[in-house]
Amino acid sequence: MIPPSFTYARATSVDEALALAAEHGEDAKYLAGGQSLLPLMKLRFAAPAVLIDLGHVTELSYVRDEGTYVAIGALTRHHDVATSELLLADVPLLARTAEAVGDPQIRHRGTIGGSVAHADAAADLPATLLALDATFVVKGPSGTRSVPAAEFFKGIFETALEPGELLTEIQVPKPAKPAAWSFQKFNKRAIDFAMVGVAVQGTSVALINMGSTPLRAAAVESALASGASIADAAQLAAEGTNAGSDIHASKAYREHLARVLVRRALEEASARA
Amino acid sequence: MDRYPEGEHKVKVELTVNGKDITADVEDRTLLVHFLRDVADLTATNIGCETTSCGACTVLLDGDSVKSCTVLAAQADGRSVTTIEGLASDAGEMHPVQQAFHEQHGLQCGYCTPGMVMAIVSLLRENPSPTEAEVRQGLEGNICRCTGYHNIVKAALAAAEASQ
Repeated sequence: MIPPSFTYARATSVDEALALAAEHGEDAKYLAGGQSLLPLMKLRFAAPAVLIDLGHVTELSYVRDEGTYVAIGALTRHHDVATSELLLADVPLLARTAEAVGDPQIRHRGTIGGSVAHADAAADLPATLLALDATFVVKGPSGTRSVPAAEFFKGIFETALEPGELLTEIQVPKPAKPAAWSFQKFNKRAIDFAMVGVAVQGTSVALINMGSTPLRAAAVESALASGASIADAAQLAAEGTNAGSDIHASKAYREHLARVLVRRALEEASARA
Repeated sequence: MDRYPEGEHKVKVELTVNGKDITADVEDRTLLVHFLRDVADLTATNIGCETTSCGACTVLLDGDSVKSCTVLAAQADGRSVTTIEGLASDAGEMHPVQQAFHEQHGLQCGYCTPGMVMAIVSLLRENPSPTEAEVRQGLEGNICRCTGYHNIVKAALAAAEASQ
């Protein structure tokens, strides 16, 4: 399988990427690591006329300590997020989530910004960043803006990014208790997307693949805040979700998985804390 | 290349493959695996699923394992690629991972073998003394349809041991 024909354009800086995007308009798409986009193009689910390759924009590959938060360049590869000493110490949930993405080859190519901008509801990192209350820094023709994770994911493969805008940095506040984390991913084979997944940091709970976007399990969080036990709070995990049915699992089975995985995640996070 | 009949726009790609510089103008959408097989004439890298699932096409890009069916040749421009042809010494002495596959009978039909070997070379570079569980996890991106995993894992562990 080969992708449909397109014109390849290479950016070597953020400014060049934005200029290329402005030049080619809606026919163009940014290419980060390509581990989601290229497979979609081979299947003809996507057929951009122009690909703007960001792989040579080295200025967006970093993990930096900014005191109260960690700043991660959008083109930082999953492998580098997973092995970052800073993240393993201060935000282990994020490093461990990056380690759960795909397989080693995919983690050597795929980037954190690519995963966020692609916004697959079954992806691992968007839910974890939602649980961590991350902020996404976006650059575009009209300047720079910051979008909280809670306002970023709009629908299936749909985000708050406007045409021509580029996600440049992910800012992750350092949790008060870094160790109070858990990442649960239920799938049939190691390389599959999560049938359902759960990211927990403290009492923040986010769900993977329980709707068209990653979701906060708001009912669970408010039950915990009112003093409910983990077992009782986890029973509310499917409230406010809209899981689909497919060949892998029915909606009812996904809801069951959400309740079980949320309980396991909260128990693990509380045992680690 | 016959594989890409419709394309008009071409991009210049310069790669170092197994230590040798190769430059070619190829259609923009050319995948790295096709560049390696059809332009560089290095056909040991197999094309398996072509959907980023099976790992048969695994090569090293600047030392890290990648699935060459899911990298554009243009994305690899200016970088260094190692295929399994580049592992043995010039004198023909096998790489420790190749030697271990030979000794542990780490293959049956052999189709997944080049990808398995390259994935293990990358794994051992990152983790020179893996546990058996770490080897199995490190090979989650490679499928052996003969299901010959046990001897492949043994070979990885033997190679790690031999390289100490």
